[in-house]
Amino acid sequence: MPTETAADRHLTAPHAMSREDVLTTRLDALVDFFRRHGVNWCRKHSLWPLPFATACCGIELMATASSRYDLARFGSEVMRFSPRQADLLIVAGRVAIKMMPVLQRIYRQMCEPKWVISMGACASTGGVFDTYAVVQGIDQFLPVDVYVPGCPPRPETLIEGVLAIQRLVDRDGIRTSAQRGRGYRLTVEPVVPLTVSAAPAPGGGGGPD
Amino acid sequence: MAPEQVISALRRRFPELPWEPRPLLERPGAVPDQWWIGLAPQRLVEVMTFLRDDPQTRFEQLSDLTCVDYLRFPGATDRYGVIYSLLSLTWGHRLWVKCFVNDPQPEVPSVVGIWPGADWMEREVYDMFGIRFAGHPDLRRILTWEGFAAHPLRKDYPLRGRGEREDYEVVTRQSA
Repeated sequence: MPTETAADRHLTAPHAMSREDVLTTRLDALVDFFRRHGVNWCRKHSLWPLPFATACCGIELMATASSRYDLARFGSEVMRFSPRQADLLIVAGRVAIKMMPVLQRIYRQMCEPKWVISMGACASTGGVFDTYAVVQGIDQFLPVDVYVPGCPPRPETLIEGVLAIQRLVDRDGIRTSAQRGRGYRLTVEPVVPLTVSAAPAPGGGGGPD
Repeated sequence: MAPEQVISALRRRFPELPWEPRPLLERPGAVPDQWWIGLAPQRLVEVMTFLRDDPQTRFEQLSDLTCVDYLRFPGATDRYGVIYSLLSLTWGHRLWVKCFVNDPQPEVPSVVGIWPGADWMEREVYDMFGIRFAGHPDLRRILTWEGFAAHPLRKDYPLRGRGEREDYEVVTRQSA
């Protein structure tokens, strides 16, 4: 058997696809492909998020999934409202003291492999809500793999968080799931520069929004 | 029907009670048009029924029922003030009634029999301030849970709580 078939080159080099964007290959080439890239390559491109949206971060989460930012480009557009069908928990917004047991139950109901994004200041630290009624960071009681900073984070930053999860899946997958303990606790950085131009918006308006 | 006429109707019906209407807000140069009256818990239901039913007052709606903790408030003599906001849909006038109670057993009679809408509002005041409403049909906590130990809107309750927000089991990868 040759070490590399023409179909195999198609898989690794998309520009070599035929003009009609039709891919033809052989089964043994596909098996060889998965053997080299692993099932994590497939897994990371089809993360199904569970949107646990409790506040304004949920609005940005919806914007991330909508057409302008289009989370579908990264294979994560299938928002699942059942924890049994999701593998990425996105906690977006503040978690009240009565909500924390609910969140923990939802996390427990998710099937392995599973990952957790803590989106925004409130989910990560409690944010400005330093009161008796708001949990000061879900990472005290739940494993968190990636923090997405912002108040609320822009959709680009959340996409950066999803990409960080993808890198984790690609690198580790489920093999080290039992060793992750309380989560990786990585923090992504905002991908949009925080300085905004002072140019007036078209049609009047004020300064930067 | 001006608020002053409501006060005079109260004076005619309950001449034995001390009626001292005071403006909600005092601004220099402005004529106050919103008034509140103080009321003892013993006569509350009687006076409230009159305010709802008398053709000159006709406060059909209890638009709000809330409470204020006057702990360390300048000039305050009582600890809690239960506040009733009344609105007359017939006459379009409003009146605020304050009922002051104190520790160790702050209790006022329930007005659910007069305005059924007071049910959940009294439960909220009970939950947040610990004021009991005598005669309430179902006086349970409404925002916090049954095992919650404190009444969080009291001024001597710390803003960050007494450990309620830290009191959870830690879920890890191994345990879930």
